[in-house]
Amino acid sequence: MVETQLLVVGGGPAGLAAASAAASLGIEVLLADEGLKLGGQLVKQTHKFFGSREHHAGVRGIDIPNLLLENQDKVNIMSNTTIIGCYEDGVLTAVTGEDQYFKIKPQRVVFATGASEKFLSFPGNDLPGVYGAGAVQTLMNQYGVVPGKRVLMIGAGNIGIIVSYQLLQAGIHVAAVVEAAPNIGAYLVHASKLARAGVPILTRHTIVEAKGTDSVQSAVIAQLDEKWQVIPGTEKELEVDVVCLAVGLSPVLDLLSQIGCRRKYIPELGGDVPFRDKQLKTSIDWIYVAGDTAGVEEASAAMVEGRLAGAAAAAQLGADSTEAGKIIASCQASLDSLRRGPVGAKIRAGIAKLEGGCCKCLNHQA
Amino acid sequence: MLKSSGIAQKSDWEAKLPDVNRRKSGPYVVIECYQKIPCNPCEGACPNKAVTIGEDINTIPCVEYGRCNGCGICISRCPGLAIFVVDEGFCPGFGKILIPWEYLPLPTKGSVVAGVGRDGKELCPAEVVEVRIAKNQDRTAVIGLKVPLDFVNQVRGIKLGGEENGR
Repeated sequence: MVETQLLVVGGGPAGLAAASAAASLGIEVLLADEGLKLGGQLVKQTHKFFGSREHHAGVRGIDIPNLLLENQDKVNIMSNTTIIGCYEDGVLTAVTGEDQYFKIKPQRVVFATGASEKFLSFPGNDLPGVYGAGAVQTLMNQYGVVPGKRVLMIGAGNIGIIVSYQLLQAGIHVAAVVEAAPNIGAYLVHASKLARAGVPILTRHTIVEAKGTDSVQSAVIAQLDEKWQVIPGTEKELEVDVVCLAVGLSPVLDLLSQIGCRRKYIPELGGDVPFRDKQLKTSIDWIYVAGDTAGVEEASAAMVEGRLAGAAAAAQLGADSTEAGKIIASCQASLDSLRRGPVGAKIRAGIAKLEGGCCKCLNHQA
Repeated sequence: MLKSSGIAQKSDWEAKLPDVNRRKSGPYVVIECYQKIPCNPCEGACPNKAVTIGEDINTIPCVEYGRCNGCGICISRCPGLAIFVVDEGFCPGFGKILIPWEYLPLPTKGSVVAGVGRDGKELCPAEVVEVRIAKNQDRTAVIGLKVPLDFVNQVRGIKLGGEENGR
């Protein structure tokens, strides 16, 4: 049995920030990550990040993991390690590689397990050539493999628009980006980069069908009316060999569900999300959440949440409460600031719903 | 239109230009940032403190044109690649624009590329008169294009494709 003060599950932006914050407060931290290389989705993010200058804005995502781990030799890192169970007696089970099974008994846990991609139903969606945007990024930005020659992107949120830009940078043709909503969800500056490259962004459009015998050879798109129904006669067939789906993310809650954390369905935050208080503690006293696990947002917020959860867990473990309190307060202020604008409205609405629900049923500390 | 296509319209970008006198008195920055998003690297990039965002990082940047000398340092610092510098007095009949650029291979100085508008449509030939790719730009190049004066606030990119994008 491996014993540690704090176990952080997941080495993406939130997990790294949580481990770093707790270690800086003198807490013994074990960081378990299923990947071979730490960073989670950051290792695929070749673009410069938004946010505040104090929190790595302007730095490319791929360069952030190293910044988050700077001076953190106190963090014990276990890569290639998947946490596979979480039990009421506070024991978690883990596997390194394919066959090294072991148990971990931490005093506190931060789950920063990220999110998984949503899928879309349409005829032909099982053809080879239909990818999730994460897979396209992994192939292209981690392994240097192009997914195809001509791409139809589904979804004009930040992921769809950014991955389209990265495809162009890799020399791949992007035939169009289709988006069912009337407006682009991504930051408009990202969308404008694509527009300058001549890629049409078609809002109020959807994919009707992917066609092909052994793999995708074309895709049919069509316009939607105000009730989100296909307008007959507007169908167009595009010659593409890749259909890339970027239609949203849902928090990964498997372990939190197993241990019985309370959850609530909040569409604004990506689906089922765990209840958590303002210090990111769940309904279970020794479990914290951070990043997309706590509600799908973006990487800047995930890093701040990680720091917050790491410091809050550290405070519970007996770290210097003044120092921990400073970090907690500054993170809460940063989150407010990141979410303050119009693009943060959805997140604010989601969190309000979550906290509203929480107060009725838990000993929720404001 | 901008919200549904990503293409800024004339009324959008015209509002971002300085007044006519300032436009004629030397290079000036054009920050084509139209949406309140949490982002502020441009504010810290300017050595002359010409760009202000302030305490709420969702504020759209505001340029004090008396302080801007069109140096272009901010161009590569903008994560949205939304900053351009325009010099309407480059040489008779022509202006120079500085644009951010992240496609390889980089165009070479002296080559002629196709200048494109905000919608990606080809507008005019453009001579590459400068290529900046210093270490502190972190892989965002800044390309100087010589374009006919009428196009200085129309051209915002280079046509992709070919050996050196645009040929």
